[in-house]
Amino acid sequence: MKQIVIVAAKELTDGMRNRWVLIVTALMAALALVLTLLGSTPAGTTKIDALAVTIVSLSSLSIFFVPLIALLLSYDAVVAEEERGTLLLLLSYPLARWHVIAGKFCGHFILLSFSIVVGFGIAGLAIGLNSQQAFAEQSWAGFFWLIGSSTLLGAIFLALGLAASAIVRERGTAAGAAIGIWLLFVLVYDLGLIGLLASSAGQNLSDGLITGLLLANPTDIYRMLNLTGSAEAAALSAMTGLTGPNAIPAPVLTVLLCAWIAVPLAAACLLFGRRKL
Amino acid sequence: MTEPAAIACQDLSKGYRSVQALDQISLSIAPGECVALVGPNGAGKSTLFKLCLGLVKQSAGTLSVLECSPDELRFSQVKQRLGFLPEQAQFQGSLSAHETLRFFARLKGADPAENDNLLARVRLSEAAGRRVSTYSKGMRQRLGLAQALIGTPDLLLLDEPMSGLDPEARHNFFQILDEEKARGAAIILSSHILTELEARTDRVAILSQGSLKAFGTIAALRSELNLRPRIRLHADSAQMGKLAVRFADRFDQQTFMNGQAVLECAPGQKLQLLRELMQDDLKLEALDIIEPSLEQVFAAHTQSGDRT
Repeated sequence: MKQIVIVAAKELTDGMRNRWVLIVTALMAALALVLTLLGSTPAGTTKIDALAVTIVSLSSLSIFFVPLIALLLSYDAVVAEEERGTLLLLLSYPLARWHVIAGKFCGHFILLSFSIVVGFGIAGLAIGLNSQQAFAEQSWAGFFWLIGSSTLLGAIFLALGLAASAIVRERGTAAGAAIGIWLLFVLVYDLGLIGLLASSAGQNLSDGLITGLLLANPTDIYRMLNLTGSAEAAALSAMTGLTGPNAIPAPVLTVLLCAWIAVPLAAACLLFGRRKL
Repeated sequence: MTEPAAIACQDLSKGYRSVQALDQISLSIAPGECVALVGPNGAGKSTLFKLCLGLVKQSAGTLSVLECSPDELRFSQVKQRLGFLPEQAQFQGSLSAHETLRFFARLKGADPAENDNLLARVRLSEAAGRRVSTYSKGMRQRLGLAQALIGTPDLLLLDEPMSGLDPEARHNFFQILDEEKARGAAIILSSHILTELEARTDRVAILSQGSLKAFGTIAALRSELNLRPRIRLHADSAQMGKLAVRFADRFDQQTFMNGQAVLECAPGQKLQLLRELMQDDLKLEALDIIEPSLEQVFAAHTQSGDRT
């Protein structure tokens, strides 16, 4: 455990030193602020909770942006160390290979979580303070849930990036793999699913299978978790079909998100353990 | 009772898919001994280091590092007593030397308070607060040596430690090596700078194409190969004439023509030859004794290896 903390602390220092945290936090805050301030404009006339609009807007932003940032952070974690020539030295010290993966994951997770919490937090505070509703009466639970689930989404793509980094031999290949992972889970999968549902074959699919297909993509789980969490958010995002008695409970969705972290992380440890040096 | 070997391997082999990186290597290195590992590129030196660090597993044979097989679970504890400097030491550029050593000291469970002393030993105290990305190659190599010394290791594995070091830094490096030897650390180092290894190492292991071609003291290797020391003489032409007559069977004619004479000594005959040269009737201006160099020993072994 101590070795994991030491590796994580080094990743944190490195992330802060090369201003990665500063840049990503500023970018996250700027995008979130623009999106929430512009996106909440109609709230005044529709009497909808401005923070609920913010949750819907930020969820859409997170689905694209958080996986991208996470993959950028982790895609070369192993392969870059090998290319730089620092991996051999690191592994000559008394630590297991999985300690390296776990330490890097923890360090990157803290960096990413900090950026999400601060970036989204600034946007949430700005919208909360500017709203006509009383500060305490707004959908803060949903907003905190959004921040929490966004960090989980980030963790999933950190783990996927680490797994890719543990397999490939060159940094360029790792970058290609990261782009492929992002395209698959963020764009292609849902497009394929929509195409399937729109086609004649889709009409014969059972509800259970469609739900299963949605749960096979972590970004869809994240979407379901945030956009069906409250009636207002579901109505705003046109996701009311997934609410009600047939809805998958939030704890189940959260467990599934955690499983999406654990499996690629375990795969990364296993693959790195077998990697030839 | 003799002390247990720091490294002992018997018929150690490591094969990759199409390459036999090491083939039945057997050697033993005692505490306080400094062994030079020499060989052309691809001879298997780095593979031997990786095996000793437990980073790769041998295909056959046995290996014991500080009385523990790298396969054993407790080898992780043994690693606390190892110091390793990889070829072309690289570090996280965003960290300073201080931070780099603190990171490695914590990993090894060593006291980070010792780091200042290590930085002073490698003469990096003044640059210790600077980012490593601003360091020259030689400075990074010195930092690499400092990290290898963390935790007062019982075994130092140094892969090309002199690469990028200027003459002053090399002198400092050998001083540190002597200090480490004196306190009982076993050292195994690989290098291509053979001339500097000669005087500084106890034994030499010559690797070529994965095989151990020779292992012993330089004197023993010279004698095995029957390499002869030579004596270079400087004298005026009259004296050269006398020399030519008296030592006709032992002259190198080419160098004689250039105003110098080079005599070869038969094994064990060096003193006798010197006595003969010191006779009153020969007026020599200067005299140099040229021992067969490690380079000659290395060339003889690796060339014979290439022929087989």
